[in-house]
Amino acid sequence: MNLIYTKSKGLTDRETHYCPGCSHGIIHKLVAETLVELDILGSTIGCAAVGCSILCYNYFKVDMVECAHGRAPAVATGIKRTQPDKVVFTYQGDGDLASIGTGEIVHAAHRSEKITTIFVNNAIFGMTGGQMAPTTLPGQVATTAPQGRDTSHTGMPIRISEMLAQIPGATYVARVSVHDPKAIVQAKKAIVKGFKYQLENRGFSLIEVLSSCPTGWGLSPVDAMTWLEENMIPYYPLGTFRSQEETRDV
Amino acid sequence: MPKSLMKGNEALAKGAILGGCTHFFGYPITPQNEIPEFLARELPKTGGIFLQAESEIAAINMVYGAAAAGGRPMTSSSSPGIALMQEGISLLAAAELPSVIVNVQRGGPGIGTIQPSQCDYFQMTRGGGNGDYSIIALAPSTAQESAEMMIDAFELAQRYRTPVFIVSDGMLGQMMEPVTMPSKVPQQSVKKDWAAVGHDNRRPPITIKTLALDPCDLEQINLRLQEKFMRIRESESRYETYRISEAELIFCGYGSVGRILKNSVDQLRHEGVRVGLLRVKTLWPFPVEAFNVLPPRCRHILSTEMNCGQMIDDVRLAVNGKIQVTHYGRPGGIIPTPEELADHAKNILAGGCQ
Ligand SMILES: Cc1ncc(C[n+]2csc(CCOP(=O)(O)OP(=O)(O)O)c2C)c(N)n1
Repeated sequence: MNLIYTKSKGLTDRETHYCPGCSHGIIHKLVAETLVELDILGSTIGCAAVGCSILCYNYFKVDMVECAHGRAPAVATGIKRTQPDKVVFTYQGDGDLASIGTGEIVHAAHRSEKITTIFVNNAIFGMTGGQMAPTTLPGQVATTAPQGRDTSHTGMPIRISEMLAQIPGATYVARVSVHDPKAIVQAKKAIVKGFKYQLENRGFSLIEVLSSCPTGWGLSPVDAMTWLEENMIPYYPLGTFRSQEETRDV
Repeated sequence: MPKSLMKGNEALAKGAILGGCTHFFGYPITPQNEIPEFLARELPKTGGIFLQAESEIAAINMVYGAAAAGGRPMTSSSSPGIALMQEGISLLAAAELPSVIVNVQRGGPGIGTIQPSQCDYFQMTRGGGNGDYSIIALAPSTAQESAEMMIDAFELAQRYRTPVFIVSDGMLGQMMEPVTMPSKVPQQSVKKDWAAVGHDNRRPPITIKTLALDPCDLEQINLRLQEKFMRIRESESRYETYRISEAELIFCGYGSVGRILKNSVDQLRHEGVRVGLLRVKTLWPFPVEAFNVLPPRCRHILSTEMNCGQMIDDVRLAVNGKIQVTHYGRPGGIIPTPEELADHAKNILAGGCQ
């Protein structure tokens, strides 16, 4: 018998607390595999953000610091400026990064902090029970937008990658998805690249990962992936928005 | 030891370098700007890092990150900026991260004024961040003491693994005075095996965190923190008494007012009026024990501050009803004169306004 698939050595054996069908687990796997492949498990310090993934330090086999809601990029700045030879990443949701933490992420990019941000966009506040996020799609139902997001009242969803790509200090910004195996392969490539940019001391890198939230969206895991593909990707196009090579799709 | 003329703020900044500060993160605000300006120039010369943050919220979280990764970070701000930092300060206390936070107070509430004030006594001693925690709060009253307390603050922060406040004010920060500074302060190297620096594949991963969803766990964490705060209460409260023998009225003050009161005491003693001063040097832990050694003749304590009456709560708790306590203060950025304070004390002793 050939062993063709094993759990990443970058993850602990603990069972995750995520809901069935939530793609935080896939994204954890991709990040962990990247840390193992680049052989940086021992030299990485992660920043866990407030949101469903706050407990990710139970899963990643790296030193981690838990941060106040939205502030992970500032905490990561403090860490990186203290341990400049170590690899520092933040793992943040869209409530954390695109709502309460906009100031910190913009200025981490502005200073071109040599950190990597994994930005998990599931278009909703998952942990607090499915409230509207700045990334919630027009018409999408959330507990605080019971009739669906009314853009005349709350504006159009914010596209973080496009916004951050305008900042001179951002060296690598890409949006990927994990809705099917092909997308997952692409997502992994982008994550590896983001960490490589850090290892090469280039500057700030961010990978936005479109992610599902079956519980928050009120869909089955399978339907959630279809909904992501059909609704999120048209509004949040995949691709590389900034890199130091020529710009092309990942 | 070299003696130089410097502002209180510069003395704080110099003290920070002597105290082994490795990182400064902060956001500009008057009347503390001399601190970041001094450190932007001087800290890199010692191998340290100065970084201007985009806000006080970011600054305190950078402090959190640097402390978590084994640095000796500090920030400084003034009243409204400290208000913004409160969530981060609660996290620093909860995660037990050594750090120093300077508050060069200005008049409030609101945006207020840039003139000196002591209206943040509650902010400095009662938290403002969420949860049961206490922060050591050192209150210098001269530029010299600013430097010394700053060195001390870094030491205390490491020893107890806790954030420490320096409580200054706009007058102290801006005033120039001669300061004698050691050229070097020996530092004990503390082993930080709790810091998140990467496990190097040699030990299990470390997590620095404050989330504790299980109430039983969080209760234990709280009790452990309280045990530490109790140890600090028992060993770190500080005060100074000045001409208290035979005093019938004792002024109680700190910081700038603490020094103004010395003039009031001298003036009144010169007139034969028996008054003295109890100068509080640690706002927390409050030096409760000082009130047990006051002369038996003392029948009035005048809690004096540049605010509407905040420390008086602690004075009353310490005195526990044994002596009459009243407050005299000037809020809004007004500095009381020694004469004004002396007149008020005379009035009290003559049975007048209380
Ligand atoms: C200062 C503060 N405000 C609010 C909260 C409550 N809160 C916890 S998680 C969260 C939203 C997280 O959403 P997101 O970042 O999208 O992550 P997800 O849970 O969807 O993975 C909020 C508002 C908090 N913990 N701290």
